[in-house]
Amino acid sequence: MHEWALAEAVITAAQQIAEKEKLREVREVTIKIGELQQIEEDILRFALSQLKPASFKNAEFHIAKAKTTLKCRVCGNTWLFSKNKLDENTAEAIHFVPEVAHAYIKCQKCGSPDFEIAEGRGIWLENIKGVR
Amino acid sequence: MDPRTTVINERLSRIGRIIAVSSGKGGVGKSLVATTLALTLSRTNCKVGLFDLDFTSPSTHLIMGVKSVQPKEDKGIVPPVVKNLAYMSLVHFSGDQAAPLRGADVSNALIELLAVTQWGKLDFLVIDMPPGIGDAVLDLVRLVKRIEFLIVTTPSLLAFETVKKQVRLLQDLKVPMIGVVENMKRDRAKSIEQGTEKLGVKFLAGIPFDPEVEDAIGDVTRLLDTTLAQRIRELAASKIT
Repeated sequence: MHEWALAEAVITAAQQIAEKEKLREVREVTIKIGELQQIEEDILRFALSQLKPASFKNAEFHIAKAKTTLKCRVCGNTWLFSKNKLDENTAEAIHFVPEVAHAYIKCQKCGSPDFEIAEGRGIWLENIKGVR
Repeated sequence: MDPRTTVINERLSRIGRIIAVSSGKGGVGKSLVATTLALTLSRTNCKVGLFDLDFTSPSTHLIMGVKSVQPKEDKGIVPPVVKNLAYMSLVHFSGDQAAPLRGADVSNALIELLAVTQWGKLDFLVIDMPPGIGDAVLDLVRLVKRIEFLIVTTPSLLAFETVKKQVRLLQDLKVPMIGVVENMKRDRAKSIEQGTEKLGVKFLAGIPFDPEVEDAIGDVTRLLDTTLAQRIRELAASKIT
């Protein structure tokens, strides 16, 4: 239920944007979730539905998933993260704090743990739409 | 937009005081001071949390002799209770593996843990900071509204020169400082005390070098019986609680 805390963050951030944009009602919220954090979409959707305030009652939540690209800072190799290559405990640790990936994942080409999470880290609020 | 930063102060809203134990220099005993302070406060009927933010070189778990505790998930991450402290550290997730994090990774991990950790109601949250005035210090100052710093130095000019820079930085950023602790004192010299006062910051305590501390690592009962702990108890009673 780590997703619940992230859903709260999405709702709070979306409310702040709505207030700034003077939106009376929010109709669409677009969220991107990076594969590295392995967020359970069903749990996230449920938490969003439970946490949304009255001004979001007709809001649709669009959730886009992004593949995670890792780029080695030593040899420049880029590769895609795959949860399937990890044991359960490691996958769970990365789920809680994606940066822990540096403790467990190494460049597939040169073996360095010094890589960049170039894309697809965690949760991101892409966009909100509503009516003034 | 990164939504996580918007909930950080709400997560910390039920905490009385948030104290970052910090130093411009490494090796001055920050982690020992932070851990001993947290343990000391928790023995005065206060609810206390300890947050190890030294992601690349965490050591508070070693000081307390903590082995394989795991946080629970409940609408976020609930820190395990260790030695009467709500205790959060990256070692819960990285174990014995080295976690080589660059600046942006440090910021991201810090934001993640601040956004998802459910501390609940605490009187004090003590934060063991990494050495220096880099990303962790700047991020905490930016993200945590009620942060206060307790600075640790040693009698060495090398340590105190970096502490001076840190103090000036925090003064420029208008961040409250509880004061400066001089650790590992080997004589009665007053140069650090006088230097601290010149900076316009309170000198909190001089802690003598205590060879028993090294032997007490991993044993909280022994640690709380050292001269270091005695001085921190006096400091907590007179300047913090």
